[in-house]
Amino acid sequence: MTEDSDAMVSLTMEDDAAPAAAGSAADTDAAPRMRMRARDVNVFYADKQALFDVDIDLALNKVTALIGPSGCGKSTFLRCLNRMNDIIDICRVTGSITLDDRDIYGRDIDVVQLRARVGMVFQKPNPFPKSIYENVAYGPRIHGLARKGRELDEVVEQSLRRAGLFDEVSDRLQQPGTSLSGGQQQRLCIARAIAISPEVILMDEPCSALDPIATAKVEELIDELRQHYTIAIVTHNMQQAARVSQFTAFFHLGELVEFEATEQIFTNPHDQRTQDYITGRFG
Amino acid sequence: MAAEHTVKAYDEELDRMNNAILEMGGIVEQQLAASIAALVRRDDELASRVITEDRRVDALEAEIDHLAVRILALRQPVAVDLRVITASLKVASDLERMGDYAANVAKRSIAIQEIDPIRLTHAISRMAGVAQGMIKDVLDSFRDRDVDRAMAVWRRDEDVDESYNSLFRELLTYMMEDPRRITPCAHLLFIAKNIERIGDHATNIAETVSYVVTGTPVEEERPKGDVTSFHQADGETEAPAS
Repeated sequence: MTEDSDAMVSLTMEDDAAPAAAGSAADTDAAPRMRMRARDVNVFYADKQALFDVDIDLALNKVTALIGPSGCGKSTFLRCLNRMNDIIDICRVTGSITLDDRDIYGRDIDVVQLRARVGMVFQKPNPFPKSIYENVAYGPRIHGLARKGRELDEVVEQSLRRAGLFDEVSDRLQQPGTSLSGGQQQRLCIARAIAISPEVILMDEPCSALDPIATAKVEELIDELRQHYTIAIVTHNMQQAARVSQFTAFFHLGELVEFEATEQIFTNPHDQRTQDYITGRFG
Repeated sequence: MAAEHTVKAYDEELDRMNNAILEMGGIVEQQLAASIAALVRRDDELASRVITEDRRVDALEAEIDHLAVRILALRQPVAVDLRVITASLKVASDLERMGDYAANVAKRSIAIQEIDPIRLTHAISRMAGVAQGMIKDVLDSFRDRDVDRAMAVWRRDEDVDESYNSLFRELLTYMMEDPRRITPCAHLLFIAKNIERIGDHATNIAETVSYVVTGTPVEEERPKGDVTSFHQADGETEAPAS
């Protein structure tokens, strides 16, 4: 799987535009390469506009956190990145979003393939009502990434290892995924997402249903996963955004208010609205 | 300052810390004034009071530390709130040092009781007046989050340094003229140095205020300060080429 992603990296070598969030980033490289770019993204639910001209780049091997009050558009934006909004009839998306410089809304794009490359983890762990093994093996099998037998076993084991779950479940792979604890189920869902070698992982409030210990394990996992993937995470927990991300985007009323290095956002944000929100002063 | 927090208790805690700093600063300002008055008037009793009062300054520093740690632990402050809290810790520590210097002035004023009054105490008194004004203004700038006022204090430190430099030269001259004056003059020299250091700490606070408001440290170089460390031991008072 690493060879695959390395090949993708080479496609992004020539960065034409300056990265939106580079420069002030202390923990980050001088000019991180961008895996995904969103430009002038507008989203409408029927007549109601939910997002206004959003520009965000997702830097390779970095975690980008999307924060903001409920209804600010952060989840709507996240769902644009693997075209989950297509499912909603009244939803219309304009602007451009590219993955490795290819327009993901282009005609030649197979949405199923896109969602394999841009995986997603949801708020509530949602394992299939199948065994732990099958939960992870399902994706690689239907995408034809691995055949039966030892090859598939290896993919399952490696995915569970990367998700930090293998040691806890190695002796009961045939038990139902739903028999695990909430935190384990969420890591199982992460293992399921990474089993098909995505390049980008989208996480929508992945820890909001977990206790602090399980949350800490998932956060640690996110930090490890960014070695191999590009991650975008929506979170209501600002401390979590501060802990896990390198870049933070603050949304308010459908507008991207501020997009900066996380350290900058949490020590000296430029916009008063960002300051009011993160310091707990929002009316 | 920004609007109120949604959680009111948070604002109350920040207010308490802020008030403790202003109270501490007020006491330090009085302590300096009293120590100088004790020196000029040769008032032993007042000097002793300054020395004991320093405990109040120390107690307030401990209280501010406690409040800051509490807010850090319970509220996880970020952005301007975080800057205010780290700044408060620094300001409290600067004020505590300033309090120590004032107490030291008081101690030395007792030590020179028995000796001929020297006219120099007036120069010291003038210098302390400038330092005292700096303390007052820098505290006001902290209260009002006023960078311009803070930076005006920052520039004024040069005056205190210059006063110190000229006092240093004069005291050296007195000591050379009459060795019996060495002891009182040495005390006066230390007193002047203490006041000069108080000015430096006021300057630190000015920089801290600027950081709280702007979020970035003061970039400019500090105005040229005390040059007495360049004086040569042979009594030459010209600054060396280096």
